[in-house]
Amino acid sequence: METSRDDLVIAIRSALLKKNNKQRFSLIGLIFFSILILALGKFNFKAIDYLKFSLKEIIYRAAFIVSVPENFIFKTYSNVESHFNIYKKYKDTKAELKKLKAQKSIDSFVVAENKKLKKIVNNYFIDSNVVIAKVLIDKKSPFLRSVIINKGSKNYIKLGMIVLDNNHLVGKIVEVNYMTSRVLLLSDLNSKIPVTIEPGSIQSILSGTGKNYGVLQYLKENYNVENNSIIYTSGAGGLFKPGIPVGVLNTPEIEDKKSIVNFFSDFSQLEFVEIKSFNKKEY
Amino acid sequence: MGRFREKNFFRAIINNIPVILLLISVLNEFNFNYLELSYFSFDFPFILIFYWSLKKNEILGYGLIFIAGMINDVVVGLPIGISSLSYLFICVFAAYLRNITLRPSLIKDWVFFLFTIFFIKSLMHLLLVLFFSFELDYNMLMINLFFTFLMYYFLSHLFKLYSRIVFGNLYD
Repeated sequence: METSRDDLVIAIRSALLKKNNKQRFSLIGLIFFSILILALGKFNFKAIDYLKFSLKEIIYRAAFIVSVPENFIFKTYSNVESHFNIYKKYKDTKAELKKLKAQKSIDSFVVAENKKLKKIVNNYFIDSNVVIAKVLIDKKSPFLRSVIINKGSKNYIKLGMIVLDNNHLVGKIVEVNYMTSRVLLLSDLNSKIPVTIEPGSIQSILSGTGKNYGVLQYLKENYNVENNSIIYTSGAGGLFKPGIPVGVLNTPEIEDKKSIVNFFSDFSQLEFVEIKSFNKKEY
Repeated sequence: MGRFREKNFFRAIINNIPVILLLISVLNEFNFNYLELSYFSFDFPFILIFYWSLKKNEILGYGLIFIAGMINDVVVGLPIGISSLSYLFICVFAAYLRNITLRPSLIKDWVFFLFTIFFIKSLMHLLLVLFFSFELDYNMLMINLFFTFLMYYFLSHLFKLYSRIVFGNLYD
């Protein structure tokens, strides 16, 4: 018994401390160094912050270059796929355009009326600054959903700014470097935003699932929410401007009646995004 | 002379394929997005590091593994140092297995790999949840673990073949 314990100790000691002539660094030394970096990073130690910033600037660019072949394969695949579906898409788009044209005339009247009412009721109007950014890295980790864009503090990007794709909300800025930033997508597990469900103006929280859809949380059972309702940002808490379209409600009847939200934007297809900040203008 | 140099250059590239694969995999984060297999994901660096640390540990230096971990943290958006720590722990487990093994067998390595990834993933996620307040999907974690375990078997055959062609021996 004592011998086998000794063997185990010797094997562990030899695994950790034996310096192979072809290894320049000691394994145990590097383990301690990793723990030190982690601990100092947790307490926002300045030197670690500088290390993070410089690492990020270099690695984001390198990752973008390394991803080029993979992106090329992916784009070729989707191009071939879209060529096969082109006639069906054309017919669908034509029908949709007809509907949208009819809707547009009504919308312009509603927008004008809305502006007038906002001036009377809230006494403010919202203005925005737009920055267009290219998505550098779009990597789906099994746990995190975020993208890296090529604009940073150099382009006046700030934490918390919202990110849009064709006027649809996709996420917000959670990390700003000098020339790059990280966008936390709405589908990330850690993303939670206040939303309004229309029709009915029902307030709720949209939470990411780590998959291609979100779920509505804290929604009381007695609220009767219609399927295919549109989800907009509510503006509660002042985090987002109210009324930005997010997705459409899709409640499957078979499952556990979870309120699933299908996002308007396909987060795996992001190429260019708009970063906006909204300021309140007093009149 | 030029031809000789060219030959040396290509030889160096072929000899360092595991290093190149490790760097590409952490920079690129293999994800199989375009296959649209939503439940298919595995940690390629885990397999690569474990296999080469076990069979031919001078191929992947500990310093390089540490840097690869840092790159992975930056690309994925994890706290800096966490992947380095998990990759180095894989090296510890692989070194331990190498020291206690008298007669190597793929099945034994495979089972030990399962134990290793269970331990390391648990440690990594414990740190993320307790100290960095991350919210994680445990189903995805289990699926990732399962596929990582499964893929080890297939990839180890590929690595063995590569080793036989390039280095001319089996290392097991």
